[in-house]
Amino acid sequence: MQNFASVLGDAVALILSGDADLMEIIALSLRVTITAVVVACLIGLPLGAVVGAFRFPGRTVATVLLNSLMGLPPVVVGLIVYLALSASGPLGPLGLLYTPTAMVIAQTILVTPIVAALTRQVVEDLDREYSEQFRSLGVGPVTRIGALLWDARYSLLTVALAGFGRAVAEVGAVIIVGGNINHVTRVMTTTIALETSKGNLELALALGVVLLVIAILVNAAVMGLRASAARAAYA
Amino acid sequence: MREAGALARADSANGPAPDAASAGPVLLDAQGLRLEIGGKRLIDGIDIRIREGRKTMVMGANGAGKSLLLRLLHGLIAPSAGRMTWRGGPVDKSARRAQAMVFQRPVMLRRSVLANLAFALKVRGLRGSARQARIDEALDKARLSDLARSPARVLSGGEQQRLALARALACDPELLFLDEPTASLDPASTQAIESLIADANRRGVTVVMVTHDLGQARRLADDIVFLHAGRVAESGPASRVLSSPRSEAAKAWLEGRLFLDGQGAQS
Repeated sequence: MQNFASVLGDAVALILSGDADLMEIIALSLRVTITAVVVACLIGLPLGAVVGAFRFPGRTVATVLLNSLMGLPPVVVGLIVYLALSASGPLGPLGLLYTPTAMVIAQTILVTPIVAALTRQVVEDLDREYSEQFRSLGVGPVTRIGALLWDARYSLLTVALAGFGRAVAEVGAVIIVGGNINHVTRVMTTTIALETSKGNLELALALGVVLLVIAILVNAAVMGLRASAARAAYA
Repeated sequence: MREAGALARADSANGPAPDAASAGPVLLDAQGLRLEIGGKRLIDGIDIRIREGRKTMVMGANGAGKSLLLRLLHGLIAPSAGRMTWRGGPVDKSARRAQAMVFQRPVMLRRSVLANLAFALKVRGLRGSARQARIDEALDKARLSDLARSPARVLSGGEQQRLALARALACDPELLFLDEPTASLDPASTQAIESLIADANRRGVTVVMVTHDLGQARRLADDIVFLHAGRVAESGPASRVLSSPRSEAAKAWLEGRLFLDGQGAQS
């Protein structure tokens, strides 16, 4: 076992050198993750808001389902997406298996329930406060959902962050549907798994450090936004 | 139906004789309103007629059903029984849009003062310069122009309530419901709110307002509906109800005595 401090030093040096392979992996990771989070938000925010704000038959079932899907096992999602995209699967003709798009699909499936379930809770709480005022004003359903999402925007940033955290750290699903192909579908987490198994700990640790820094930066940014929103009493 | 004063029928067994009917067409007519929740009858067969141009104060002890009655009349709660008409016809969407309500705890959207007003007016279909003109007028009347860009939720309690009232009035309602709008406000804020209400009424807005404040009722009320245990104990012109109440519940209230169910008045 190599000395941890020595490996960490090499890892930092690798990052500072701006190694082209490393940067390519980081860029692909961010592209896949951000795309998946954006798509998940486009689906999950309105879905969660509708379940949170409206009363309809089956609402409790929908809530339980959304909450349960938050804990979807990534390898199961990876397997299902793999089966769907494989040559004999229903989406096989699209030729998406082992592409970044397949990874985006898998991550979107994992992140959407997180975004939807957390949004439902945030919107339900806010709707409880606004409900009578909205009904008094005669606010229609579309305007209502839009207003609730807008007024909860700072809380929903945290929701998106939770989705980002899940997606950027995900390995099980993306390695199944992406295949961890060098220069094509190799992202930070899959590289860490591969390089660790090969004993190339400098690159693995360098990517680990980058992952941690990204997580810290994103958290700090969202906390800063929320703090300024609280100061302005919007939150 | 017996109609006391401007608007309501006394439902209690000891109900008063009707006062002279007030002028003005009936805006909102509710008959036999009843609300039961969990087997408990919270509103118990209330008949009420709201006439155009009047200021009606709904009074009574805590739990008498005042806020529930307002919500029933405004359509925020569906009654268990009873029926309502608006100008003799059904209470349809246009009837609802001719009403507005201000709540005891003002509901401020997480936006600026200006955006709170803009949102309400957008919902009511106003666009462009017409909406801006209405916003400017509302800010001016509520003396909130200097705070237009401030987040609504950092305003003081009195300012928030002025904004809530300005927002309701900006929607140009024919009928305005107010649920204890000056509760926990200081005298200056109370005076500002009362002034806005009186001004709106002079411009033709009919007012139905819940209040615990006897002084406020004396200052504002044309008519009073006094509730007790979900029923109208007494109603009529304010001058008559406040000077010579006929029901034991209203008498006890005005004399500052405790009036408990089944125990009569206590000194």
